[in-house]
Amino acid sequence: MSEELLEIGDRIVALATGDEQVEVVVGRSTSTEVRVYEGEVEQLASATSAGIGVRVISGNRQGFAYAGSLDPDVLADTLAEARDNATFATPDEWLGLAEPDGVAVPSLDLYREGLAAVSTEAKIDLAVALEKAVRANDARITGIDAADYADGVSEGAVVSTTGIRTVSRDASCYVSVSCVAQDGDDTQTGFGFSVGRLPDELDIEAAAADAGRRATRLLGATQPRSGRVTVVLDPYVTAQFLGIIGSTLSGEAVLKGRSLFADRLGEEVASAAFTLVDDATNPLAYSASETDGEGLASRRNVLIDGGRLQQFVHNAYTARRSDTTSTANAVRGFSSTPSVGCRALSLSPGTKLQDELLADLGEGVLISSVSGLHSGVNPVSGDFSTGAEGLRISGGQLAEPLREFTIASTLQRMLSEVAAVGADLEWLPMRSAGVSLVVRDVTVSGA
Amino acid sequence: MIEEALVSRVLGEALRTGGDFAEVFVEDKRSSSGRLDDGKIEELGSGRDRGAGIRVVVGETTGFAHTADLSEAGLLAAAEAAAAAARGGGGGVRTVELTRVDTSSQPVGERPEEVAKATKVELLQRADEVARGQGGAIRQVSASYGDSRRRILVANSDGLLAADDQTRTLFVVGVVASGDAGMQTGRRSVGHTMGFELFDRYQVEDLAREAAEQALTKLRARPAPSGALPVVIGSGGGGVLFHEACGHGLEADHIQKNVSVFAGRVGQQVASPLVTIVDDGTIANEWGTFAIDDEGTPAQRNVLIEDGILTDYMWDQLRARKEGRALSGNGRRQSYKHLPMVRMTNTVLTNGSSTPEEIVADTPNGVYVSHLGGGQVNTATGDFVFGMTEAYLIEDGKITEPLREGNLIGNGPKVLEMIDAVGNDFQMGPPGTCGKDGQGVPVGDGVPTLRVTSLTVGGTAA
Repeated sequence: MSEELLEIGDRIVALATGDEQVEVVVGRSTSTEVRVYEGEVEQLASATSAGIGVRVISGNRQGFAYAGSLDPDVLADTLAEARDNATFATPDEWLGLAEPDGVAVPSLDLYREGLAAVSTEAKIDLAVALEKAVRANDARITGIDAADYADGVSEGAVVSTTGIRTVSRDASCYVSVSCVAQDGDDTQTGFGFSVGRLPDELDIEAAAADAGRRATRLLGATQPRSGRVTVVLDPYVTAQFLGIIGSTLSGEAVLKGRSLFADRLGEEVASAAFTLVDDATNPLAYSASETDGEGLASRRNVLIDGGRLQQFVHNAYTARRSDTTSTANAVRGFSSTPSVGCRALSLSPGTKLQDELLADLGEGVLISSVSGLHSGVNPVSGDFSTGAEGLRISGGQLAEPLREFTIASTLQRMLSEVAAVGADLEWLPMRSAGVSLVVRDVTVSGA
Repeated sequence: MIEEALVSRVLGEALRTGGDFAEVFVEDKRSSSGRLDDGKIEELGSGRDRGAGIRVVVGETTGFAHTADLSEAGLLAAAEAAAAAARGGGGGVRTVELTRVDTSSQPVGERPEEVAKATKVELLQRADEVARGQGGAIRQVSASYGDSRRRILVANSDGLLAADDQTRTLFVVGVVASGDAGMQTGRRSVGHTMGFELFDRYQVEDLAREAAEQALTKLRARPAPSGALPVVIGSGGGGVLFHEACGHGLEADHIQKNVSVFAGRVGQQVASPLVTIVDDGTIANEWGTFAIDDEGTPAQRNVLIEDGILTDYMWDQLRARKEGRALSGNGRRQSYKHLPMVRMTNTVLTNGSSTPEEIVADTPNGVYVSHLGGGQVNTATGDFVFGMTEAYLIEDGKITEPLREGNLIGNGPKVLEMIDAVGNDFQMGPPGTCGKDGQGVPVGDGVPTLRVTSLTVGGTAA
């Protein structure tokens, strides 16, 4: 069926005139979302979406247009609009579409024919079972805000006048739940999820246990006193932290003077324990894909190796302007031009599980969740400050719960103060993997 | 957009297998944007999104389907899918008589789609030039322009038929400055539910100058304090405080599921008597303003907290229906691909009687926040954070040194009680996008100068 998307791309690319480059991105997805509340279906949505994005480069000027439709009349309009938009852009000698670079497109096992055959009833049953399992966990769980099942199949094709003609396809599904625990006047919340490519890969019990544990272990939490401490980031928090670090390593941020690390290539930017890899060819990654947003083969890139900054990530434009080659890090949907971003980040895991890290540490704070990453972290200046919840670490073990505090440092300092990486690597429904991370000298602000 | 008789047939199809409520939402959105970065007009873009979302409610279950195919066949197929998803049992033919509701969309002075692209490009270039002219420490400038025209039509099985034509225009400038202590950023944005006349109200040169000034000021900023301190929030800069501290907690979906600290508290004192909070979708031309919400309900001014007493929550069709009460005009959705839910519009704290000078002078030591960034709240616990993008120390009743960025953390119900001064200098703040359950909608906020007796400031300085 993806052949149809390629053909749409072919038809528009064939309309290119001799002196222009044209790139067409065609996307289509189908999805099902079920939300269950108190044993009944609260919402059930099923949908198919499709659309097209057209980029034109002509006389070193770039224009773009998209449409959320694959109707033939809309397709022609979109090309015309992109051409017109190009005439207003500033000429830029480095502009150009991606060109085939000889790297073979990996064959990844990301699509599941069987997903389409799973009945709606079976999907609803999973969400119902998840809600029930959370309630059964602990008498203090008093409410389930939402128990969801969702799945989707997405296909994307990129066709260009420079010889790109690729297609990718994947299937994914997940269950997620958020719950409320109460003990007297005290209320806390927790969430849990499980991801897979087919429903039978989902671990309902584990998702339920996570949600219950996150909520109940915070009951009775108090505000800590301010001070400098060593923190252990839970895997989910580390994954969010890596996403921010990844954004500072974008070739676009470097070229435009917005990266902390612009002048640091080849230097020590992190502790020796920190090896950061971006690899969308890892089929375990939720965001794995055979190609990037410009149709180049996905590949494994080591960004920081034992603390040393090895490379930035690039799309075709930033690579050309930086006199290097694309690392296949063009990131986009059909409604935008390719930007540059990390696609599947992970740290090289260490050898110890979280409880061993806690035992080694003795005293500190486990950070179980953070909030306000978008409002309190500035990836340009490096200032880092987020709301946090967690548990005190005392005598090498988890002790009393803590809430309503912030943790603050700078991104530069946090990287150099990484004391250890855990062995508990897990892939999460985001562009980075989680793992326990020990970071020294972080300021806790509380009472 | 689509003829009335067809809408009627689609509703009939949606209800064919039974159902308590059915709705058709049709949207046709065209947008254009321009981006300047690194001294170049990088890109002009255009977008078109058009489609319909259909929902059917049977008991407690909502079935939903959407389609980009607005032909009769496409709409009927979506109606059938939504009905199947809602799993209605009984059946029968039902005809829906539609009555058109009169509404008047926000006026548009100059249609952005009729403005030459070259004129939009020139705005970006002027902003770039002025920002770069603010000194050698300015290292990078980006500017973006965007406009959208969103036409919607809503019809439901109660016989409602309503339409709106919403035009929004936005301009943003971002600046990076570099000094001995690294890089800092500055940003200014303006956005209104209006057309190109936005640029009669604001000069892009002023925005560029202010963004550059913010970045330059922060170059000499010192680390923010760490710990609990009095916090003064400047007029217009800090509406997001109320959006997070109580706004989300007053959305009826959270109330009905008992995941809000404000559930069951109508009629009670939940804030300092100085606090009156209003969610108002009717304020002329504001970013969160519209004629009808995305369920066809006319926008309203809703008083949520009056002199500290909780008066009402915000409602959408589903939650109001369940409660058998009037709608409040807060049923919104990101696009035809999304189900509506309870959302804020423009959330404001009304004027008090103090002058801003008095409030600052009366604060021996603390933090003055002139511009807040975004925020986040856990409605069940009430704990919330919000970022400060421009802040200063208050020492001996005077605003002194600039501070580096950071988050502030507090607990909604506690913070509302700790507001001990409200100024008389109300202003609306910059345009925002509120995210909830994966959907973003345009919202506005506004506050006069105010003081909270104690908030935890998340800096690194002792």
